[in-house]
Amino acid sequence: MTSLPVNPPKKKLGLVIDLDICVGCHACAVNCKEWNSGGHSAPMTDTDPYGSDPTGVWFNRIHSFEVENDAGDGRTVNFPKSCLHCDDAPCVTVCPTGASYKREEDGIVLVNADMCIGCKLCSWACPYGAREYDEDEGVMKKCTLCVDKIYNPNLPPESRVPACVSTCPVGARSFGDLGDPDSEVSQLVAARGGYDLMPEQECKPTNKYLPPRPKKLGTARTDVQALTPVTDGSAGVIARWVDKFLSA
Amino acid sequence: MHPAKSVIFFTTASGAGYGLLFLLLAGTMLNILALAFWPLFIGFGIAFLLITAGLLSSTLHLGHPERAWRAISQWRSSWLSREGVMALFTFAPTGLYALHRLFFSDLYGGLMLLIGVLGLVSIAVTVYCTAMIYASLRPIHAWFNRYVPAGYLLLSLTTGVILLNGLLALFGYAISSVVWLAIILLVIAALWKRAYWRFLDSTKSISTPESATGLGEFGTVNLLESPHSEANYLMKEMGFRIARKHSAKLRRIVIGAGFLLPAVLMVLMFSFAGPAAAAISVVAVISAGIGVVVERWLFFAEARHAVGLYYGASRA
Amino acid sequence: MRNGNATRDDRVDTAPLVSDEVKFTTCYMCACRCGIKVHLKDNQVRYIEGNPDHPVNRGVLCAKGSAGIMQQNSPAKLQKPLLRTGERGAGTFKEIEWDEALALASEWLSDVRADDPSKLAFFTGRDQSQSFTGWWAKQFGTRNFAAHGGFCSVNMAAAGLYSIGGSFWEFGEPDWDRTKYFMMFGVAEDHDSNPIKMGLGKLKTREDAKFVSINPIRTGYSSIADEWIGIRPGTDGLFVMAIIQELLKADKIDWNYLIRYTNAPWLVIQAPGEAEDGLFARGEDGKTLIATPDGTIVSAEATDVDPVLVGDYTLPSGQKAVPAFQLMAERYLSEDYAIETVAAQTGIDGGTIRRIAAELAEAAFDEEIVLDIPWTDWAGRRQEKMIGRPVSMHAMRGISAHSNGFHSCRAIHLLQMLLGTVDVPGGFRHKPPFPKPCPPGPAPAGKTTAANTPLDGMPLGFPKGPEDLLVDAAGNPLRIDKAYSWEFPLAAHGLMHTVIRNAWAGEPAEIDVLFMYMANMGWNSSMNVPDTVRYLTDKKPDGSYKIPKIIYSDAYHSETVAYADLVLPDTTYLERWDCISLLDRPISSAHAAADSIRQPVVALDRDVRPFQDVLLDLGARLQLPGFVDEAGAAQYPGGYSDYMVNHERAPGLGPLGGWRGKDKSGEGRGPVNPDQLQDYIDNGCFWTKHFTEEQSYYKFANKSYLDEATYMGWIAAPERIVMEIYSETLQKFRQAANGFGDIQPPEHLRGRVARFFDPLPMWYAPFVEEAVERADFPLHAVTQRPMHMYHSWGGQNAWLRQITDQNPLFMHVELAKKHNIAEGDWVWIKSSYGRVKAKAKLMTGVNKQTVWTWNAIGKRKGAWGLKETAPEAEKGFLLNQIIPELLPPRDDGYRYSNSDPVTGQAAWYDLRVNIEKCAPADCGETLPMMAAQGSLPGAVPPVDILRYGAALKGTPSGREQTAHREWIGNRDEIADHVQTIKPGYGNKIKGLAAEETEE
Ligand SMILES: Nc1nc2c(c(=O)[nH]1)N[C@H]1C(S)=C(S)[C@@H](COP(=O)(O)OP(=O)(O)OC[C@H]3O[C@@H](n4cnc5c(=O)[nH]c(N)nc54)[C@H](O)[C@@H]3O)O[C@H]1N2
Ligand SMILES: Nc1nc2c(c(=O)[nH]1)N[C@H]1C(S)=C(S)[C@@H](COP(=O)(O)OP(=O)(O)OC[C@H]3O[C@@H](n4cnc5c(=O)[nH]c(N)nc54)[C@H](O)[C@@H]3O)O[C@H]1N2
Ligand code: SF4
Ligand code: SF4
Ligand code: SF4
Ligand code: SF4
Ligand code: SF4
Ligand SMILES: [Mo]
Repeated sequence: MTSLPVNPPKKKLGLVIDLDICVGCHACAVNCKEWNSGGHSAPMTDTDPYGSDPTGVWFNRIHSFEVENDAGDGRTVNFPKSCLHCDDAPCVTVCPTGASYKREEDGIVLVNADMCIGCKLCSWACPYGAREYDEDEGVMKKCTLCVDKIYNPNLPPESRVPACVSTCPVGARSFGDLGDPDSEVSQLVAARGGYDLMPEQECKPTNKYLPPRPKKLGTARTDVQALTPVTDGSAGVIARWVDKFLSA
Repeated sequence: MHPAKSVIFFTTASGAGYGLLFLLLAGTMLNILALAFWPLFIGFGIAFLLITAGLLSSTLHLGHPERAWRAISQWRSSWLSREGVMALFTFAPTGLYALHRLFFSDLYGGLMLLIGVLGLVSIAVTVYCTAMIYASLRPIHAWFNRYVPAGYLLLSLTTGVILLNGLLALFGYAISSVVWLAIILLVIAALWKRAYWRFLDSTKSISTPESATGLGEFGTVNLLESPHSEANYLMKEMGFRIARKHSAKLRRIVIGAGFLLPAVLMVLMFSFAGPAAAAISVVAVISAGIGVVVERWLFFAEARHAVGLYYGASRA
Repeated sequence: MRNGNATRDDRVDTAPLVSDEVKFTTCYMCACRCGIKVHLKDNQVRYIEGNPDHPVNRGVLCAKGSAGIMQQNSPAKLQKPLLRTGERGAGTFKEIEWDEALALASEWLSDVRADDPSKLAFFTGRDQSQSFTGWWAKQFGTRNFAAHGGFCSVNMAAAGLYSIGGSFWEFGEPDWDRTKYFMMFGVAEDHDSNPIKMGLGKLKTREDAKFVSINPIRTGYSSIADEWIGIRPGTDGLFVMAIIQELLKADKIDWNYLIRYTNAPWLVIQAPGEAEDGLFARGEDGKTLIATPDGTIVSAEATDVDPVLVGDYTLPSGQKAVPAFQLMAERYLSEDYAIETVAAQTGIDGGTIRRIAAELAEAAFDEEIVLDIPWTDWAGRRQEKMIGRPVSMHAMRGISAHSNGFHSCRAIHLLQMLLGTVDVPGGFRHKPPFPKPCPPGPAPAGKTTAANTPLDGMPLGFPKGPEDLLVDAAGNPLRIDKAYSWEFPLAAHGLMHTVIRNAWAGEPAEIDVLFMYMANMGWNSSMNVPDTVRYLTDKKPDGSYKIPKIIYSDAYHSETVAYADLVLPDTTYLERWDCISLLDRPISSAHAAADSIRQPVVALDRDVRPFQDVLLDLGARLQLPGFVDEAGAAQYPGGYSDYMVNHERAPGLGPLGGWRGKDKSGEGRGPVNPDQLQDYIDNGCFWTKHFTEEQSYYKFANKSYLDEATYMGWIAAPERIVMEIYSETLQKFRQAANGFGDIQPPEHLRGRVARFFDPLPMWYAPFVEEAVERADFPLHAVTQRPMHMYHSWGGQNAWLRQITDQNPLFMHVELAKKHNIAEGDWVWIKSSYGRVKAKAKLMTGVNKQTVWTWNAIGKRKGAWGLKETAPEAEKGFLLNQIIPELLPPRDDGYRYSNSDPVTGQAAWYDLRVNIEKCAPADCGETLPMMAAQGSLPGAVPPVDILRYGAALKGTPSGREQTAHREWIGNRDEIADHVQTIKPGYGNKIKGLAAEETEE
């Protein structure tokens, strides 16, 4: 059904992305493409892959931003973005065919390629740019939250998480049930002040972003500014040491 | 937004078609249009032709036109689906009414009046649905506002009346109320368009690079590196940008060709008759046609999608 | 809109069969050597994921590794041996059979060997089997062998090995779990690609740690640093020495550590004008001496005294001497290194340097770590506790790729020693086989070579003094790359970047065959492309090429292929056996020794052969000792996998340390085990031997560790390794330059050697900076590695190139404004050598005197299986187009290589440039632009639409889906500050271990 589930899913599987430690390495984006190349929405078609305008289907993309303030203190923030599996997903409600839907059991938003007419309206409706049109197949594709991986008994337990999550070298990505306030991801979001992207778009995204921590000038504990030279009567540092060691 | 030809043609053609159909229905019902068979036949013909051609062309940009029928299934939530449903439904009352008018106008007058009214309503609703496809898209500031549905209805009727005027003139009719209606509609439409543009130029999207990234607390946000060297689907589809001076020029064309010239020509209609009037009305049709097509092109080209904020746009 | 009545989703199969088979092997999309699990379906690669049990990557996989599928399916893969038909560089070839190729190669090589083996220059680039290729060179008998280290980061290797017995690079690592203050100098990515990312993630997640990045550019790692210091390139040495002065003035140094573990107390003879000046005072037994508080002078090995670090002493010989520490202190207390002096040079304000020094001291001394781990030191003294100083450092090419890199790196090591943070809890830790004695030795072999005779040792080594140099009687170089000559005495990795030029110039002597492997020397690893191309294609008057014969082994259609006469096509990393050996560059971590293998996981579909097999074959054809048995038959008929199992360097010591002996009980040592490879495969293709807690720190002085290391054959004897704040080795060279000893530099090099062989870390402006007018070339130009690309070979990858298929020139917005350059404008980048064109990209997180770009994105048209319209060729560019490979001529016209004067490290980042906006007419394409190189016979044409995976979609398994599980990045660390989160490593939640591994 194109309409959102009557009773909103209790379980809200999603990602939590830590902008404080993401180094922008693209591992999550590429491993995502790799898993999904043979996955639910296979293939992740690429056009002109060896030519002048190589583009293709990606479910996850890494941007990087520079943030400057008047104090002149700037920072660079690497910013991965994939489908946020919104509660009020406009990409679902605008879909005229029912191809785009939100799963009642876990809130994952998917596209049923067999029903998709490729009208692209969902990609217009998504403020986040998380819909991926496959020109070649004429259907819309998107992040599946690795629905064919996270529950898959044919994989060992440590592989039963989204590809982008288990592959992230710095551990900037977490995965779990954000509908359950007691779940570990929810706790993490609470502890780190996780936030929604573009709340004003009223999509109620499930995925959360953890903000960069404030820069640390001074060590973790104090804010020492300078060392105080040890000075005594002696002619200089070396002389001081001579006294120190030899008058022992 | 990328201005796709098929969509531009669809919305303008079916818009004009519905406008014309609406006027033919209303006019005949109110006996303002007491036309002979052929003019009426041709009138309905043109209207249905434009509508159908438009609908068909709208399926052209689909990845899977053969599945287009599925699009009517989700009327409960999707304006696109509703439009599909309404478009198909509208054929029934309007078609019935047209056939009746042309061939059995002396039978069941009362019932037909009812069906006619139903036709009028469903035309309005169909055009409204088309408009709402765009007006319901929150990420697109240029569309997500009350000007859009108003505009679609208005332009549909305006282009309709210009067509009707042309038709009448060609068959030698001189019905001043139609001309007056055209003038009034053109003026309102022009004013509406000016108001819409003032709205566009004076307001900003609710979203900013800061809200898009949530990094506003740290300062102003600028894109350093895009995820890919080349433009991806999102940028090709939604990253369309048009230079200010370019759009200013096009806006003048819209006002000039779309509203001003036709209005002037309409005024001239009063002082000419016969072939001269016919010629004038045809020029008006062409001019208005160019005007609305450019208007529709701009409607897309000037619309910025929020996703642009992730790709270096400073505003949406 | 909520009016739907969604039902349980039956539209998606949540439990598909993923693959028919999963095989373990080792990634080689870069040199980090992570363990991978390769899912195979219908003999195609369906999915590659990290091996969760692997010591290097613990299940994570980077962008490159995740793109392995597209490397395996690259249209640039070579198909068959190639013989050049057209002119060199044109890239026109005919395919030939292997028999012909190998016959031709062995004919060329046997001629050389029968004449003078050193007429073969064998250089092996990004080689992970150097202990094997080096051995081949040795048995062949040529001294002209090296791998990529010389142009890579020999400054780090040498500075480390001549200072602390180990080095940065991937040979050591911060104690990620305990360090509280981490300083990273000039690193964008590095070899320890995943481990560094994993470490930074942990460290940043812990609230109590601080990460400082010293780097002119604020991207990647620097973007997540708690503090970014945008230093001016080439000035790190000054920055560090100023910090040292601050620490000295405030007595913030680890006296005890210096006394016990470094040569700080050793007495240095002060006899200006005499041979012994600056050398260590020694007793009759040849042992170095120290002074005690009461002025008596005893052997440095005396354990029952507490030596002093200052004071003037008179030796029995009557000569004056002072402790090395005093010389060091005097040096850095001088005005030259005062914050006021260096601040301007480095572009870092004094306050910041002062604060950083204070923070370092605080972290090191106020946050001392004390572990209840008793251990025994080299002298048998039992220590109850392990003292840790939670300050760690890492540095790489930002330091090494400068002509002052050796000394700058030594300065960092000195700082580490002063703070007592080398191989202690919370500090920088060695990975076995390191630490080794400083310098490690043995010396390089090849003083003499003879026809059909092996070398008397391995070609690469570590000179301990002038006597170990490879020079002729006149003091001139013997090696083609001038390594171990007076120009580059400590060139421990050779100078691969000079080989092509010297071979062309016939300096010091002409060679006959240039044999290269796995290095794109015709392009991104040559310092200067236009010159290199000229050298490769230049001809003698008689029309023959100046470099007579070029054999090259590549796996893909790289730029260098076009310059080879004979191309020996290699397999991809998924198609061959390989061995990452403890004899070479193992995958050890600080707490465990480890090695690993690659096994073929994909069947070969073309007529290519693993290069190691080819070398063994050639070795047999050439009848090289060790490669054939008494009967002259191949010693390893089974190819490289045969060698990996059966080769022994010393009795019981082979390429692989695991499961040795018939009973598989041998760890590191033991007889051959014929099933060894299967044992590796059964264990996920790697082997680890964990150290005991006691062995894990203070390895340089830790009896238990030193015994272990000796048993494993990493060091010759279980003797303490003394770290060198003062390098007598360097002083020996300086004294030779000062006219002492019987081996002295030729006159024209005396000054150079005397200047740069300073026993204490020094700073001097990079050569190019000294040479050019600052006004003409006011900017520094450097490159960074993109985390998702590996040099030139990432660009052929259909997925990775979508991320980056062209590289702009990044510059500060203010700099751009000065030149009225706007985003996207085309600009000329001009150096003293030439100019290259690029598109401008503006940013704020960059030093205002520095411009930069991504490394190795630019490609030659026609290469890498890309279409000629590829942005890599039309918009991408290489700074290598304008890096001078030679320094401006001396007065006598002689020109040095643009390299570090101590180690010969290529000085890539000394480049100075100016920028200028292009005239509108010039815009649109980069310049210089070479003609396209020919496409190869039998090359697979690149597809226009790639639908990889369409046929690999999972089929229903009919099994019930399992419950979802949670995953918390850096679970352990987060658990420290989010109480409700259960700790656990790699998301194997503690306590749940059993359930986790069920299946
Ligand atoms: N993804 C990926 N990983 C790789 C490689 C790859 O190509 N791709 N290559 C591998 C190889 S061969 C090597 S050698 C390693 C190199 O690993 P890195 O040392 O990380 O190599 P670079 O990318 O050259 O990074 C040099 C950094 O030093 C900075 N820098 C330049 N000059 C100075 C200076 O004077 N002072 C300071 N403080 N910083 C400076 C630059 O801004 C840059 O960030 O990476 C290895 N790992
Ligand atoms: N401007 C600038 N230049 C630089 C650097 C820089 O930072 N800036 N970095 C320098 C450094 S540190 C280094 S290490 C060099 C690296 O430069 P190179 O040593 O040239 O490394 P690659 O570009 O990776 O080229 C390796 C070659 O090996 C081939 N190859 C890949 N896999 C295989 C295989 O399995 N078998 C065989 N036989 N061949 C294979 C590839 O196709 C490629 O042709 O670049 C140096 N050049
Ligand atoms: S893998 Fe992790 S660090 Fe790398 S880009 Fe993705 S989230 Fe960031
Ligand atoms: S992010 Fe976009 S695609 Fe994903 S659910 Fe929300 S609206 Fe739909
Ligand atoms: S493109 Fe497909 S999924 Fe998206 S709205 Fe149209 S039919 Fe629905
Ligand atoms: S959850 Fe799966 S599909 Fe979604 S971005 Fe991550 S890897 Fe890709
Ligand atoms: S760092 Fe990446 S490319 Fe390098 S070995 Fe590991 S996974 Fe492979
Ligand atoms: Mo390197």
